[in-house]
Amino acid sequence: MLSGLRVRLLVPRAMSSCVRLSSVYLKRAGMEGPVEAAIRAKLEQALSPEVLELRNESSGHAVPPGSETHFRVAVVSSRFEGLSSLQRHRLVHAALAEELAGPVHALAIQARTPAQWRDNPKLDISPACLGGSKKDLRGVS
Amino acid sequence: MSGSLGRASAALLHLGRGVLLRGPALRTRSSGPGGSGSGPASREHLDSLVKKDKVVVFLKGTPQQPQCGFSNAVVQILRLHGVTDYAAYNVLEDPDLRQGIKDYSNWPTIPQVYLNGEFVGGCDILLQMHQNGDLVEELKKLGIRSALLDAKTDHDSK
Repeated sequence: MLSGLRVRLLVPRAMSSCVRLSSVYLKRAGMEGPVEAAIRAKLEQALSPEVLELRNESSGHAVPPGSETHFRVAVVSSRFEGLSSLQRHRLVHAALAEELAGPVHALAIQARTPAQWRDNPKLDISPACLGGSKKDLRGVS
Repeated sequence: MSGSLGRASAALLHLGRGVLLRGPALRTRSSGPGGSGSGPASREHLDSLVKKDKVVVFLKGTPQQPQCGFSNAVVQILRLHGVTDYAAYNVLEDPDLRQGIKDYSNWPTIPQVYLNGEFVGGCDILLQMHQNGDLVEELKKLGIRSALLDAKTDHDSK
């Protein structure tokens, strides 16, 4: 019975380790993980950006290695012309509603028109993590 | 904006926890009418919270001890402008508030900044407003004179 229990415990842990390891592998191989890929695809579809710079910043936060929970994105699109910053950010949120309701805990956004980006073509650096909600390791927003 | 302001903007994102000698009022959801501190944060109650003070922020942590770099950036920006009289709500202490304020503003993340009862945005937008001078103007509309105006005046007169 004990060995049976051990098997039941081991299998889910092994599977979750596999998922975690594959994310870590992708990251170390310089490839983007599934969440990053989804963010990129959705923003490209929704906003047809001239420039899209996306950075997974999860490694700088209190989350397990290989996480895809904290991102910074610079989106340059003529669709932002005439829109306030709030409206631009809401467009980005709308495109990524599923990710924001799911794994993505933090999203830093730079939403620029092409002219604005030419003035300052830089993906900023996010502030250092200050620990967050340490007991909430799932990284729920 | 002047070069020194630009440098200050770049630096403030990397400031650690600020030491506030005279801090803003840390509120809990239960302070004031209509708050029980438990159960879902009703829309009406959140509405009263954001309208009760001219400057209202929802943070992870407190102004004295922020627990998130983005929340800290909001605190530091307000500090640069000399805004010390604002209401700060720590969402880490109240899960219902944490979710409720996101539903209220239809905004998925914390921090959240409200000026004169109106949602302004998060850390990115506040930083942008700080860098392009809009924040000074918005504070002026609220009858708050930004400390940066005095700093600039001092600089100009030297």
